[in-house]
Amino acid sequence: MSTTLRPTPSPTEAHIRTPLAKARGLGSAHSGTEHFWHQRVTGVANAILVIVVLVQVARLTGADHATVKAALKSPLLSMPLLLLILSGMVHMRLGMQTIIEDYASSEGAKVVALMLNTFFVILVGFACVYAVAKISFGA
Amino acid sequence: MASAETHASKRKQRPLSPHLQIYSPLINMVMSILHRITGAALYVGTLLLAWWLIAAATGPAYFNFVSGLFASPVGLLVLFGYTWALLHHMIGGLRHFVWDTGRGFDLGTIDTLSWGTIIISLVLSVAIWAWGLMAKGII
Repeated sequence: MSTTLRPTPSPTEAHIRTPLAKARGLGSAHSGTEHFWHQRVTGVANAILVIVVLVQVARLTGADHATVKAALKSPLLSMPLLLLILSGMVHMRLGMQTIIEDYASSEGAKVVALMLNTFFVILVGFACVYAVAKISFGA
Repeated sequence: MASAETHASKRKQRPLSPHLQIYSPLINMVMSILHRITGAALYVGTLLLAWWLIAAATGPAYFNFVSGLFASPVGLLVLFGYTWALLHHMIGGLRHFVWDTGRGFDLGTIDTLSWGTIIISLVLSVAIWAWGLMAKGII
């Protein structure tokens, strides 16, 4: 098979991206800056919510069941905690996705790991939401 | 095919890109690695949060059992590590927000921000645990 060398494109010809691709602005990853941006937005939310939650949870050190339950019934804790769980779910899924994409040795392993990542995040996240909701709405 | 052999021998002779063990550890590099490690640890650590919340939603007996495990020496060490990982990852994230604006890229600022991340995260972790334990009269 003979290969024909293409001439080096002139500066004006070098822009081979179509106007549609430019308008979409998604780049070679086909997802644009969505991953980066969502990681930043949830990161800002997490930083604020973590402080609000951590200050209240630290005060529950060594507390008995009734005290912890009463604290979790209060919307002052349950609201920021639920928001932190939801924001954290998105953030940890994106973060673990990056780690998997960096280290996965094969395409098959990567696809499986990315799927397990999604399953883990949703399972743990909804377990937390269920527990908080049960305490908030329960007797 | 002859060309395939040529390609294989050429590939063998190519120098490998230097990896981590080649470079002397710099503080910003160590902080970058710790950011990923703490992120992954927090990912797994959400299981502890879910366990604690589910225990609180289950009832006093099971909550006391889980709370007792958390209060054991190993449990306290894990919770302190969890607190540090959370604060270190949060402060590391704030450092990245500074860099996201294009600021703080001169070598002096990079070192200051990197050392600040580890020092502030350790001080805050000790402070929040001292506060929580003192509030309960444990220390």
